[in-house]
Amino acid sequence: MAKHDTIKALMRRGVEERIAIILANAGIKLEDLKKAALEDVARYIPPEKAFEVLKKVGNKKVTEKDLEEVKRKLQERRKRIRKRRIIEKIEIDESIEIPKKIEEPSDEEKRIMEIGRKMGVELPMSVVSDTAKILKDRKVRSKKVMEEVVKRIVEKYRERVVDAHEAVGIVAAQSVGEPSTQMTMRTFHYAGVAEMNVTLGLPRFIEIVDARRTPSTPMMEIHLSDDIKHDREKARELALKIETTILHDIADIEVSIENMEIVIRLDEEKMARKMVSVEDVEESLKKNRILHARYEIRDKNVIVVKVDEPRYKRLYQFYEVVKNLKIKGILGIKRAIIRVSRDDGYVIYTEGSNLAAILDMEGVNPRKTKTNNILEIYEVLGIEAARNSIIEEAISTLSEQGLTVDIRHIMLIADMMTNDGMVRAIGRHGISGRKKSVLSRAAFEITAHHLLEAGIRGEVDPLQGVAENIIVGQPITLGTGAVKLIYRPKR
Amino acid sequence: MMQTTSKRIKEIQFAFLSPDEIRKMSAAKIITPDTYDEDGYPIDGGLMDTRLGVIEPGLRCKTCGGRVDTCPGHFGHIDLAMPVIHVGYVKLIKRLLTATCKNCGRILLTDEEIEAMKAEMEEKKSMWTTPLDEEIFIKEKLKDTVMRMVCPHCGAEQGRITLDKPTTFREDGYKLTPKDIRERLEKIPDDDLPLLGLNPKVMRPEWLILTVLPVPPVTVRPSITLETGERSEDDLTHKLVDIIRINQRLRENRDSGAPQLIIEDLWDLLQYHVTTYFDNQTSGIPPARHRSGRPLKTLVQRLKGKEGRFRSNLSGKRVNFSSRTVISPDPLLSINEVGVPEACARELTVPIRVTPNNIDTLREIVKRGPTPKDEDGKYVPGVNYVIMHDGRRIRVTEKNAEIVAENLQVGYIVERQVMDGDIALFNRQPSLHRMSMMAHRVRVMPYRTFRLNLAVCPPYNADFDGDEMNLHIVQSEEARVEAKILMEVQNHILSPRFGGPVIGAIHDHITGLFFLTYGDKRFTKDEVVYIFSKIDKPIPPPDIENKYWSGKWLFSAALPEGLNMEFKSSICENCDECLKEKCPIDAYVIIRDGKLVAGTIDARAVGAFKGKIVDKIARDYGPEVAAEFLDFVTRLGIGAIMVRGFTTGIDDEDIPEEAKRRIEEVIREAYKKVDELVAAYREGTLDQLPGRSLEETLEVEVMKVLGMARDEAGRIASKYLGLENSAVIMAKSGARGSMLNLSQMAGSIGQQSVRGERIKRGYFKRTLPHFRRGDLGAQAKGFVKSSYKSGLSPTEYFFHSMGGREGLVDTAVRTSRSGYMQRRLINALEDLRVKHDGSVRNAEDIVIQLKYGEDGVDPSRSVGGKNIDVVDIVEEVLRRKEVAGVGKA
Repeated sequence: MAKHDTIKALMRRGVEERIAIILANAGIKLEDLKKAALEDVARYIPPEKAFEVLKKVGNKKVTEKDLEEVKRKLQERRKRIRKRRIIEKIEIDESIEIPKKIEEPSDEEKRIMEIGRKMGVELPMSVVSDTAKILKDRKVRSKKVMEEVVKRIVEKYRERVVDAHEAVGIVAAQSVGEPSTQMTMRTFHYAGVAEMNVTLGLPRFIEIVDARRTPSTPMMEIHLSDDIKHDREKARELALKIETTILHDIADIEVSIENMEIVIRLDEEKMARKMVSVEDVEESLKKNRILHARYEIRDKNVIVVKVDEPRYKRLYQFYEVVKNLKIKGILGIKRAIIRVSRDDGYVIYTEGSNLAAILDMEGVNPRKTKTNNILEIYEVLGIEAARNSIIEEAISTLSEQGLTVDIRHIMLIADMMTNDGMVRAIGRHGISGRKKSVLSRAAFEITAHHLLEAGIRGEVDPLQGVAENIIVGQPITLGTGAVKLIYRPKR
Repeated sequence: MMQTTSKRIKEIQFAFLSPDEIRKMSAAKIITPDTYDEDGYPIDGGLMDTRLGVIEPGLRCKTCGGRVDTCPGHFGHIDLAMPVIHVGYVKLIKRLLTATCKNCGRILLTDEEIEAMKAEMEEKKSMWTTPLDEEIFIKEKLKDTVMRMVCPHCGAEQGRITLDKPTTFREDGYKLTPKDIRERLEKIPDDDLPLLGLNPKVMRPEWLILTVLPVPPVTVRPSITLETGERSEDDLTHKLVDIIRINQRLRENRDSGAPQLIIEDLWDLLQYHVTTYFDNQTSGIPPARHRSGRPLKTLVQRLKGKEGRFRSNLSGKRVNFSSRTVISPDPLLSINEVGVPEACARELTVPIRVTPNNIDTLREIVKRGPTPKDEDGKYVPGVNYVIMHDGRRIRVTEKNAEIVAENLQVGYIVERQVMDGDIALFNRQPSLHRMSMMAHRVRVMPYRTFRLNLAVCPPYNADFDGDEMNLHIVQSEEARVEAKILMEVQNHILSPRFGGPVIGAIHDHITGLFFLTYGDKRFTKDEVVYIFSKIDKPIPPPDIENKYWSGKWLFSAALPEGLNMEFKSSICENCDECLKEKCPIDAYVIIRDGKLVAGTIDARAVGAFKGKIVDKIARDYGPEVAAEFLDFVTRLGIGAIMVRGFTTGIDDEDIPEEAKRRIEEVIREAYKKVDELVAAYREGTLDQLPGRSLEETLEVEVMKVLGMARDEAGRIASKYLGLENSAVIMAKSGARGSMLNLSQMAGSIGQQSVRGERIKRGYFKRTLPHFRRGDLGAQAKGFVKSSYKSGLSPTEYFFHSMGGREGLVDTAVRTSRSGYMQRRLINALEDLRVKHDGSVRNAEDIVIQLKYGEDGVDPSRSVGGKNIDVVDIVEEVLRRKEVAGVGKA
């Protein structure tokens, strides 16, 4: 490996090993160092060190003056960064309303909770607010009746609470796994948006529990801010801004072999439809690393790209670049379609997803906009949002197939997947691979690996889970097996 | 015998065997590759040495003196002439070599770095939940050591270690022998081991290079004798023979000073054999094969995978006291019962401990022998075995029954054959949910099949087209109690999946109840007596003219008192405005105080998965009442259907010529529209859908037109199929089939699809040679205009088969995929349990949820997922108040 040789060579010249490794890792070769400017080397290591290294290597260009210069520049930059950081801290947008997680309970609700508490039960908030609402609807004001109602509710609630030691995990897994045999395998058209294909059914569900980085059909549902959501024109404008437009979409591109050039004929009609101007095209040509110096505007709507060396291969490489040149749009979003929603004006559906960029856009309602990419939600909005997204995606996948599964089971799966602050997959790379028990892991997958690892680390299997206790042949610690009392009859 | 012990294994410590330990635990040093002598006796110092245990009856183990059944087997060992690498640890060895100094053995980090890493590890340790976290941390920290060319401790220059898979290490291109590697690993000080991911308390790195090989006891690798008298050895024995043979040759060659080249070859060969002895699927080397060409099953293969030791012998076990046979229906059994054929019952036993209280009865039972029958020739439980104090079993036969009975003592265990009322577990695979294994009460019956009530088919997903099921007899008192309380069928009427019933009326039950309750049917005394002849309940008094019974009145007999309900039944047509009790089709069910006032009873009322009445009764009146209700109602349904008689045939799908003409017309119309669309597409005048290509637009439009045509055809057909039609009754009441099925039989089958598109595969630009190239019309792309009744044309039949085949493939793929997903889900969630504080925690006591499901409510006790039905409670309380005269405030 070249890196190795570089390190050795540097060390032979008396450079510290650590520095040598850093430089080699940065891809700098010995020859480079001999000619390099101090500033370039100082990008990787402190300027003093860089100066030292260059001297050792025998770089003749570098002088003490350079060192001073570089040091000064560095300090300036540091100052700038510090300033920016401070500004970032202060800049809090007061206009954004932070949603409250729990609403303050009303007086009515507080009273109901109080009555429940007197009977020794902390009623769930959903029950309390339901009760308050229904009592209000029925215009019940008598305290006696209210107490009677709460008493009955408490009775029922006591009956319905889960038993301690219940194996809720297994019940959840079965409740989800059993109906999954009835799911379809195919990709379907999304209800409401016939133009888009969306993975549904079993493959989608597996995708969710696998916590894949990107779903096979990423999709966004972008809601618009109140001022434009009923304006079709504005919505269309936004959709076009979001949708990636490549040069191919708005122009006829010809390859002229005899002149060794690519002729781009912009189509005004298409450009108008996509709201692209010639300037936009020029702008993106300018920005392109390969094309920025090689294009010329020949006519009003004709742009020609010359090839640097006259080879056919090169020509076609260029053709590909030209064709796929992004004119505008947001990275990752292939298509955007406008639909009228039932209650929220126009909504933009997109193929492809880029939550961070979309949320930043003007005219987007960030509160309602969503994506089906769970990991993106995790990265942009955090773990709790990811958890909610898992629940929502799973529920909608199941109910779309006409299967009813209690939400508690799905919540449990989602909570398990997000328990340690990261989205973990169900399977050997996720939860199952991170169990403490050696036997449980060995029984699941990659048996030999786990046993061998356990040997060298001297792992201890605490025998607290289910699989490992079954393996050693003793009662499991769930359900009736969790009870540690023994009845001793009186003599 | 069943003694509950409070002793538990608390934990299991894993560690690494040192060469010394291997030698210390060895009962014999194995030196010869031969196994048996001419007489078939194990050779001393051979792989079958009797010091390693015995597998043949008659021989005694030289180590413990035990016989086949008492000697557990003992390990031996082979001293390897030259050290070899353990394949499982190749990666680890590589890390150790690259991360430590070749000269002084220290880790290639400076003292400060070591201190920092140690401190960081100490700090983070408490946050690591699994060894994986530590592994990731160490990998990250050691990443740079590859680059370290000089040891910070002794200043020695380091070489570059490369690994030639699977087991050859090189340094700067020169081969490192296992001996060299071992010497280097020996130098690594204990203090540095934790930083490399090793635990110095349980291992030394040099042990990763094997110098001595443990030989598993013969009991682990038994040889089998074929009928021909030939011996067939276990795969492990074969492999060990290879190892010993090469080991011997290597030693001889080394001792006689053979050329280095030969020694190296033999050494490599030994390495190969030891490698495959551990894992015969190591990538990069050919697997060792049996003479027949079958790859050998060596150590890793024994443990790994579905058929491996872990999944097939440790996580799951074969059991006694179980039986399996075909199932068949018996509507006269209770849902809590299972019919067990006599042949099974004679084999399945329940252990009963003899006590002073029951000794006389047990003597009587034992006296009967193993095959008693009563005067009518009916089954009576006998006894198969009696187990004495010392655990010996006496087989009870006709001859010795009297004597055994005489000698019965308190403390003996009598294995009595099952009889009516015993608890058994009944199971059908695949066991996808807990309702796949439920406790039933045994009813011994003649013939050879297990019998079960039809209402329990849905949770088992059973039918009677040849399904088999398993039955287990519970052996301990503790288990019996648990089975009865937790697993009995009636306790599983409500599913935890969605908080509704999974047990309920199906098929003919529903049709029967429909006949019974639809409209104002009346039944004569004869009919009612016939219906009730199989029901163990009093016949209610006649309610019409003192001599007739109305169907609704008869059904009311099954309802518990005080039941009040209102809901829409399956036959409801979802009119815009519901007329409730005045419903013209009697689809609005009203039950007041346990009496069916109006409405038709069908799938919505009592069906499995949907039955609202079943749901309500199971929830409000308890499982016993629900079970009784189901038993009653299913028999009522069967009685009713038998009184009327019920059949369906292909003539149920007969529709008049007029209708056929109209369907033909509709389809012709659709064809025309399709042709127009195709023409428009060809001319380019087709309006492109946004975001779709022209082809896709055409497909979407054509599918739309044809779909509508099919629906219209179905609508026309079903207009002529009224509620007097058996097939329609089944579809509407939810007993079986759907209106879509019917319209496909009578009207038109419709578009066939593969991958959700019209059929397009086949020949060049056409699906079949019957069509022109490029034909985009309806029929050329898989539209089936015929009905199942009229029969399909050859091309239609072919397209239909294509669609059908895709369905079959889909099902096959789906079962395996969803099976694996469920396995993963179970594995991930199996340790979760609810604690007394209502939180959900895993095996390590980490909180997963602070309150189960955010409200702590058990889904199987919820009302279709809702925790508390507040509306009902408020109504109830208000009603009571009104009655009491308090009134609203």
